[in-house]
Amino acid sequence: MDTQSDRALKVTTPTDREIALTRVFDAPRRLVFDALTKPEMVKQWLLGPPGWSMPVCEIDLKVGGAFRNVWRREAARRAEAGCAEGTDMGMGGVYREIVPPERIVHTELFDQDWTGGETLVTTILTEQGGKTTLTTTVLYPSREARDAVLKSRMEEGVAASYDRLAELLVSLK
Amino acid sequence: MIPSQRLDATFAALADPTRRAILARLASGEASVTELTEPFAMTQPAISKHLKVLERAGLISRGRDAQRRPRRLEARPLAEATGWLEGYRRFWERRFQRLDALLEELKTKEKQRGHTKR
Repeated sequence: MDTQSDRALKVTTPTDREIALTRVFDAPRRLVFDALTKPEMVKQWLLGPPGWSMPVCEIDLKVGGAFRNVWRREAARRAEAGCAEGTDMGMGGVYREIVPPERIVHTELFDQDWTGGETLVTTILTEQGGKTTLTTTVLYPSREARDAVLKSRMEEGVAASYDRLAELLVSLK
Repeated sequence: MIPSQRLDATFAALADPTRRAILARLASGEASVTELTEPFAMTQPAISKHLKVLERAGLISRGRDAQRRPRRLEARPLAEATGWLEGYRRFWERRFQRLDALLEELKTKEKQRGHTKR
């Protein structure tokens, strides 16, 4: 029943300024809610690419409360990449709505602000038969900002896509 | 073309069942316009029109043989069209797999706590 494809993460673009993520987790939603909102838990999974740590995760879980995350490239990797400075990547935002364990709305902005203003993130948790469906929708200030975010990961996707090209063509028949 | 324009062209070209069937046929090897027309209840000019759309989107190109002018599949734009969301998906899937592991841990701990309470 619980096959890998049922659980597979779906990424869609509901409008030209949004990206939506949908994923099923084999746990009740109060546990998923905890894992999304308690810093000691968030630090265990919301990591960056390999070689990055997450030294800072602060969450003031109330409406109007702030959160802050910082990811850091490890020293060994820094030397490899030949750079000493600018290896921290920080972001933060403010909670707009909190309805445990079903709904969170918060703003989000990276320190480098590569999205041209803050994004609005809506997280919805629904539970059925002990499983939780997590839907996160990110609203960007512009289509260009959203596209830039998708493009920043595109190379990785293209490499994977070559492998799946034959598969796709068969399904298009 | 800039990447997003190229993607628009790719998706527009893929939005037609005849053109998708042509791509599927070309996936198994290059083919002339005559060969491509055969499976369809369409005239050669109608097929040629579809081929032009595919060519403009960069999805197919023409082979060297001057007589047959065989069309062949160009993989890159199609890979980009699927790679568009795939890279982002993979990035988040890695995170969510770690979240799966954390949730398993939490469930186990909860069960153990439940036992000691009773």
